[in-house]
Order: sequence, then C-alpha cells, then structure tokens
Amino acid sequence: MTQASSKPGSVSIGRYDDLRQKERVVLDIDGTSVGVYFIGDEIRAWHNTCPHSGGPVCQGKTVPRTLQGVEEGTGKSLGLTLDHSRRMIVCPWHGFEFDLLTGIHAIDERTRLRPVPVALVDGDVVLTLG
Amino acid sequence: MRELDEIGTRSDTRDVLARATMQAKRDYDDYFVVDIDAHVSEDHFWDEVIELIDNEYLRDLGQSQLRGFAGNNALLNIVPGLSHQSVGGRITHQGRREPNIPQGEHPFVVAAQRSMDAMGLDYQIVFPSAMLLLGMHPQDEVEVALAGAFNRWTVERILPMDERLKALLYLPFNTPEACEKLVEKYADAKDVIGFTVCSTRNNAIHSDVYARLYAMIEETGKPLAFHSGYHWGDPSFAQLNRFATMHALSFTHYNQIHVSNWLVNAMPERFPKLKMLWVESGLAWIPFLMQRLDHEILMRPSEAPGMKRLPSEYMADMWYTSQPMERTNMELLESTMKVMKAETQLLYSSDWPHWDWDAPSVITSLPFLSDQAKRNILGLNAARLFNLEVKPKKPRADAVLANRPGRS
Repeated sequence: MTQASSKPGSVSIGRYDDLRQKERVVLDIDGTSVGVYFIGDEIRAWHNTCPHSGGPVCQGKTVPRTLQGVEEGTGKSLGLTLDHSRRMIVCPWHGFEFDLLTGIHAIDERTRLRPVPVALVDGDVVLTLG
Repeated sequence: MRELDEIGTRSDTRDVLARATMQAKRDYDDYFVVDIDAHVSEDHFWDEVIELIDNEYLRDLGQSQLRGFAGNNALLNIVPGLSHQSVGGRITHQGRREPNIPQGEHPFVVAAQRSMDAMGLDYQIVFPSAMLLLGMHPQDEVEVALAGAFNRWTVERILPMDERLKALLYLPFNTPEACEKLVEKYADAKDVIGFTVCSTRNNAIHSDVYARLYAMIEETGKPLAFHSGYHWGDPSFAQLNRFATMHALSFTHYNQIHVSNWLVNAMPERFPKLKMLWVESGLAWIPFLMQRLDHEILMRPSEAPGMKRLPSEYMADMWYTSQPMERTNMELLESTMKVMKAETQLLYSSDWPHWDWDAPSVITSLPFLSDQAKRNILGLNAARLFNLEVKPKKPRADAVLANRPGRS
C-alpha cells in the first residue's frame, strides 16, 4: 500500500478503519463500478466487470480457493479441499473465479480482472479512476 | 457514489441482469430479439401443475408427495443430491425466486417479464426444467400425466398473461399415442408455436411408432424441437466424477444420437416438410457430427440408401439454438457458423435462468458476423421459423434501467 497525493481522477471512498471491517464493498462512482476488497492488511480494487461476459463480477460471492489434493510420492488423489487462506471472487453470472489478491482466473492466467489503482491517503482509501 | 448489494438468490432479475440491459442499450436496442429457450423453474409452482393432473390416482399420489418427503419434486425423477448446477451456491440465479411480486400477478410471469425486459427480448419461448429428465422416468404413465398437466398449466394459465411468452408443447415421447392426442388438442393453439421432445431418453426416434406423430406435426407446419439435457445415471456418464464433464458430454450426446438416427433412416426424405430444431447442445458438436457421418456414410452407402445427399447437407438445413455457445476459439466458432449456415439456421437462446445462460451479447460481440447476420440469429431466423410478426414488443433499455430497483 502506497501513500498517494490528491490527483486527477482520485476519489476517496471513506476511512480505511471503517471500510476494513468488511471484506468487500462494491461502489458505483458516477457510473464506474468498482469492487474494493480488504483482506488482512491488503487492499485491492477491481473493475466490477467480468472479462468473460461483462457480468458484475464483484457482486458475487467470495469463497475459499478449491484445491486438488495429491499424495506426494504416489500421485493418488486426496480429493478436493478448500484453502481458506486464499479467497476467490466468483462472478455471479457464470461462476468464473478470480484470486482476490491477483485478479487472475483460477485456471487460465490469461483471464484477469482489470485493476483500479488504490492507495491510503491520510487514513482514507483513495481510488484512481479514468 | 453509492454502495451496491451482493447479487443473491433473492435479487430482482432487473438488477441481476442490469449489465445485459446496458449491453442492449449499447449494441442492440433496435434489434428484434427472440429467445428460443428460457426456462420455468416449475418446481416453484409444482402444486399448481399437480392439481391439473387428469388421472385421479396420480393426482392424489402427487399431492400426497407434495406434502411429504418429495415436496416440490413430487412424481419427478430428478436427483436433488446430484443437482450441482449452482456450483455449491456460487451461481445464485439457478433456482432463484423472484422478489417483490405485485399482488395478483403470477411469480413466473413477473420473473419472465423482467428477464425479457432486462435482456432486451421481444419474445421468449419457455421450457420446463426438472421435467427435462422425464424421458428417463421408469413410469411412462407419469410422464403422460405430467405432460398433460404442465401443458394445461402453460397454455391455460401462463401464456395468456403475456403475449411475449410462447411455448413449444411438451410431448410425452415414451407414449406415442399420448403425443398424438396432445398434437390434436393443441395444434391450433395461438401461443403454442411448436412441439418439443426432451432428448434425454433412450428412444429410437426413427421408429415407425412415431410415423403418425411426425406426419401430424408436419401437417401443422410448426417445428419439432429436441431439447437436450443430462442424465448422470446413464452408465457411460457414470464414469464421470464431475458435474462439468458429465454436463458437457451428455447435453451433446443425446442430440448426436437423435440426429444420427434421423439422418441414416432418411427421415428428412420421408417427412420433407417437418422442420427440425435442435436445442441446448451448443454448436461445437455440429461440425464434428457433420464430418463424422459424412466420412462413414460415404464408405457405407448401403446402410443409408434413403439418403440423397450427404449428412452434413441435411444438417445444414436443420435449425439449431445457440446456447451454450462455445467461444474460447474464435477461428473454430467462425468455421462452425460457416458450415452450419448460421446466418439462416441459428437461433439465439438464453437458457435463462440456468447457470450457463447466454446474454444476446454473445452474438452481438462476435467480430466476424455482419450486422445482418447478427439480426438474423438474434431474432429474424426465429420469426421465419415460427411465423412471428417482426414488430418491437420490448421497452427501450433506458426505460428498463430507469425502472429497476438498482440495489445491486
């Protein structure tokens, strides 16, 4: 997280200490829709448009990442498990899943969310749009 | 600046689909759009259907099950524990219930109207959902009873409520005589614009037991649709341990079998005016089957002596719906649309509110289609096939956006 000064296109969306109480807030800012996520000390902001079909990706659920467990040495399946340390953003339209921190699709790394620059400025969460 | 709610099972359809409305405003607000395949979640209104069963014994049995363990799946053969369409609740519109229904209005009609307005549709053809598996029901008489009741519910209760809603009559195909009676009864019904067989079944569709039925449908001039589906209980598909693979293969499997039987038994020559429509198998299977059958039949013409053209040529004269349209490889999709003559034979379908639905933008966003081809696929081909008047029925996208709740 970097400190940022006020610049064109910058929008303060509120106090960090208040917003971080939520995992996510989705905002319509003069027609631009953005999902802002708070996880641990990290903040991420993504355009609320799925690269698949243009769905409202940030308004779906956030879920733990699903993993395929494999036994080392034998290659045997340990079944599907949930990794609660990694959160995924799920598009409610068709289920595309993106890593909350990287914006990268769970399987196809070429399919990504579009980031919105976000910074902390004097305790405010500031997005840079445009 | 305002905060938007999460989209969930109780979100208003107009909010869930607001992005599709914006796509309509940007790309196709002036197009005539027909959705050939949307769905009723009939389990939500199953008591209304059960009470219309003619047979007193089955109606009593169904009503008893409604109050008991089966609940909204009374008399049906779906397996709720294997119904993974929502991907563990990740996709919330599958099985959703529409909120804020105005008093005196039917929840299904309101939900359908909101989806039509939000996606920019002039007409929507509605199919059942759980009933798609009835072809595998072990009790043929139950399929007949539910077909009769569902058709009555659709034609008498639902369709009169909105002229934009149309239906293809459900045919209980395991009992040909019952299908014939339904065709006789509903052939002239205004809003019944064709007939449908749910493809998930093990019936040889070229069997002579259907000859009279096909002749009757041919006489009506209305199309016959085969709507595909899945069946995890099929021994081949029981090898698949994920819903995704079972779903991907079985939806194409049943229609491939039926098309193959239709062609090799020369049904297009025997019923030349019968308009055949293949629903909900996507497009990728079409060039595969065209090539595969051409390859085999050229070497074994004595097994298909009634055919006067290549299988691919017959297939290119049939009609197909678009959803779920595979589009991860544009070169393959462009080739597919070329060989199947998509500009005249392809009909847009949404499959809303099912999990793998397609918005009309799947067609408008294709870079290789002309504007006329997009207009044909989105509505004009359907108007030609179903004899629909090409006249705008939908509100403008701006008005839909202005009137939506706007919470999500």
